[in-house]
Amino acid sequence: MFPAPIERRALPLQWIYKVALPIALLLWLLPLIAVFLTSIRSAGDITAGNYWGWPTSINLIANYTSIFENTPLGKYLFNSFRVAIPTVIGAVAMSCMTGFALAVYQFRSNLLIFFMFIAGNFVPFQILMVPVRDLTLQLGVYNTATGLAMFHIAFQTGFCTLFMRNFIRALPRELIEAARVEGVSEIRIFWFVVLPLMKPAIAALSVLIFTFIWNDYFWATVLTQGVDSQPITAGLYSLNGQWIAAWHLVSAGSIVAAIPPVAMFFLMQKHFIAGLTLGAVK
Amino acid sequence: MRLFGLSQRTLAPWLFLAPGVFIFLIYVIIPIFQSISISFYAWDGLGEKTYIGLQNYVELADDDAFYTSLKNNVIWLVLYLLAIPAGLFIALFLNQNVWGIRLYKSLFFFPFVISQVVVGLVFSWFYDPSNGLMNLLLNGLGFDSIPVLADERYVTYGIIVAGLWPQTAYCMILYLTGLNAVNPEQIEAGRLDNAKGWKMLWYVVLPQLKPATFISVVVTVIGALRSFDLVSIMTKGGPWGSSRVLGYYMYEKAFSEYGFRMGYGAAIAVVLFLIMIVYISYFLYKMYRDEKGY
Amino acid sequence: MKMNIKQLFAALALVAFGGTVSASELIINTDTSDPAPKKAFEDLIEGFKAENPDIEVTWNLFDHEGYKTSIRNFLTADAPDVANWYAGNRMLPYVNAGLFEPINDLWESEGLTESLKSAQSSMTIDGQIWGVPYTYYQWGVYYRKDIFEDLGIAVPTNWDEFQQAGATLIENGVTPITIGTKYLWTAAGVFDYINLRTNGYDFHMSLALGEIPWTDDRVRATMNNWKDIVEAGFFLENHAAYTWQEALAPMVNGEAAMYVMGNFSVAPLREAGLTDDQLGFFQFPTITPGVPVAEEAPTDTVHIPANAKNKENARKFLAYIARADVQTQINATLGQLPINSGSEVADDKFLKAGFEMLSGAEGGIAQFFDRDAPAEFAAEAMQGFQEFMVKPDRLDDILERLEKARQRIYQ
Repeated sequence: MFPAPIERRALPLQWIYKVALPIALLLWLLPLIAVFLTSIRSAGDITAGNYWGWPTSINLIANYTSIFENTPLGKYLFNSFRVAIPTVIGAVAMSCMTGFALAVYQFRSNLLIFFMFIAGNFVPFQILMVPVRDLTLQLGVYNTATGLAMFHIAFQTGFCTLFMRNFIRALPRELIEAARVEGVSEIRIFWFVVLPLMKPAIAALSVLIFTFIWNDYFWATVLTQGVDSQPITAGLYSLNGQWIAAWHLVSAGSIVAAIPPVAMFFLMQKHFIAGLTLGAVK
Repeated sequence: MRLFGLSQRTLAPWLFLAPGVFIFLIYVIIPIFQSISISFYAWDGLGEKTYIGLQNYVELADDDAFYTSLKNNVIWLVLYLLAIPAGLFIALFLNQNVWGIRLYKSLFFFPFVISQVVVGLVFSWFYDPSNGLMNLLLNGLGFDSIPVLADERYVTYGIIVAGLWPQTAYCMILYLTGLNAVNPEQIEAGRLDNAKGWKMLWYVVLPQLKPATFISVVVTVIGALRSFDLVSIMTKGGPWGSSRVLGYYMYEKAFSEYGFRMGYGAAIAVVLFLIMIVYISYFLYKMYRDEKGY
Repeated sequence: MKMNIKQLFAALALVAFGGTVSASELIINTDTSDPAPKKAFEDLIEGFKAENPDIEVTWNLFDHEGYKTSIRNFLTADAPDVANWYAGNRMLPYVNAGLFEPINDLWESEGLTESLKSAQSSMTIDGQIWGVPYTYYQWGVYYRKDIFEDLGIAVPTNWDEFQQAGATLIENGVTPITIGTKYLWTAAGVFDYINLRTNGYDFHMSLALGEIPWTDDRVRATMNNWKDIVEAGFFLENHAAYTWQEALAPMVNGEAAMYVMGNFSVAPLREAGLTDDQLGFFQFPTITPGVPVAEEAPTDTVHIPANAKNKENARKFLAYIARADVQTQINATLGQLPINSGSEVADDKFLKAGFEMLSGAEGGIAQFFDRDAPAEFAAEAMQGFQEFMVKPDRLDDILERLEKARQRIYQ
């Protein structure tokens, strides 16, 4: 293990480490702690400039109720789910198939198609912006959660394919060969042999994609507008324009917007990190 | 079934690929070429396109705002890479087995999970000259407030710091995973050779962390070139355009109130794309080499 | 604009069952996100609904700054039935792009050519009328009367007195003028007034229309006047970091004494606790003697997008908002002036003062820089104004850049 385990060091050093840990964490998360504290302050504290002292009164319920009652925050949240959930399902399903095809079969353009997915996944969004907006308009799904989800499915398929293909490649090939010898059809191999083994990959990708899509801001501003279709990221920014200097509301809104991906992360931490760190270990 | 085995096996990959490849072509690959084509036209997104050859690029070459954006992109690219050593440092700090360390690791990773919109709002407020935390601290120490986001000298750096926060968390988690897989025997061997601290890190540990470093570079460079969200949230490119990056400038030109200059925007996007191409090619080349060795 | 559990379920049900559209709809997009305008539109829409119970009204409220980038987008892609916007050149790009519907017939049938006559010219492009104006408001200097009195400062009427007043304020540790230039347009208000007072209305309009080079000596004269007060420290420190709303705070706390603003700033200032004894208004002082006094009074409007789906209902709504009684009511909430000649100006000292001032504006009435100049140029210019206010020594560079932009944009 590197660095050397702290237990092997001198006792004072161990204590220093144990004290340093929470302090470092506190500093690291200071912006978030401040946001949380602000989100429970009263409007009076904000006008009085009491941002960093102890809140004069705790308005946890008042502030959080107020943002739901007086703004369409709930609608924005709902829209986010309407975009993120179909995207997760679509992109993961799509990439299970593409990943399987690219990992299992050898054919001439295999690597070419694989590289197409990887390269496409890296392009700057701006080069897609104008044509994708146009396409979305022509399909009649501009300013709908569906239109936004359709693009996300397509784009995320690139990343997911990279992930799935590498995952399937690492599975024991003998399983597939054995099934073929038994005369099992390719589709049944996919469904009954490979897919059950892909569960961890599917779990990892699902949480990851959910978080990515939930946090997307660029495409939300390009393909949607207004309360009916905009997800929480774009919605929060729009609300920020209405809550000028009402930092207690901005903070509460920010916290609400962050809860679903944070909850997802803590509940599915193992999968999340597995997905994210794919390739970090050879 | 066996009878069709061969043809089934040649056909199957294409059937599996069809939906994914189709939608990816439609939404990603073809639009790249459409954008390149649009960059040779004057087009407001509504009426007829007018072919104007290289005129958009000629205008771009004489556009100060374009150079400001380009310069900022370079600054982003260079400084964003700081997330890698910073992430490594935190990973080393956290790579222990004390009580509760897992929770610490999760909490340190926390910023990455949050949307950039939230990060941007939080940092805008942190920098606020009248009651942001940073300036309250400065005032407390007897200094004047620095309006980071309203000063052309600091604004880009201020936004990059906001971006580094989640990015460092990302690199940290990559390194933590990498450190887990470091071969303990080699460490012990290094210890026997009297390698310690920095020497050990440099000669024994880092070479083993190469995959983690590679992924960190990949995601960090992409992150830097996609620096749209934070600029849009924190400054809208201001003050007087000094914090624009190409991605934001393109959006501004293509989606502005007074007319969609789609052609001009596309030309900016093409420049950004060309920068990215260099990097994508390198990545693909490396993948190709690895594949051959597979 | 509330979303409670019930509506959430309604929305869910709508999604689940495919959402059939009710017989008669009206979709309205507005940027009236500040408290007073928001309230005014809430009441307006409630009133309209009460008279038209068969029309299902959907109101999308955008934030004021975000709306400026959204509007073209939704006009082209997913148009509402009614959208609010601004008169003058500011609507020209949408008229030219065929995104607004001409409504001459409505003006005829509702007698608006009489009742809204004063604003007809600012709504007309190419002989067609493109919307209905519902409000306008004066710009000028809002100031802390109590601070002025404490320091023995008289209301300045000319540039010397104005500079003197500022100097006295600075000596006493008060910032003369608060301003927040984060969203640029506030700086244009200051420019407009200094230019109107230095060179007069005709010159100002020619400049906005691109007929005069930005390197002209007369422009320099304006900018030098501005430079004098910038360099003397008249404006709030770090103003580029603040929005106009955030810049209200120093005025409320007494750290700043004046605000060059539109009358819509009165509502939030009162809201923040300033009484009418503390808050006063005066006309922007004279700079060049003999230049006929012109004022700035922007008109806000509503339009029917060409791609609207329920144009009949939209016309009903526009006819409603044009009515004298409706304009009286909405402007009382807004704290602004009605356009309709049959409406009454609310009994308010600022509105009365503004109304009187505008009636006597012999030089002419300007809309606002970003409504008089084409939007693309206005964006460049306002960015330059912001930079100038922070870095006044870059004046030459900025003017040359604007000149270059003028030659490209106006062609």
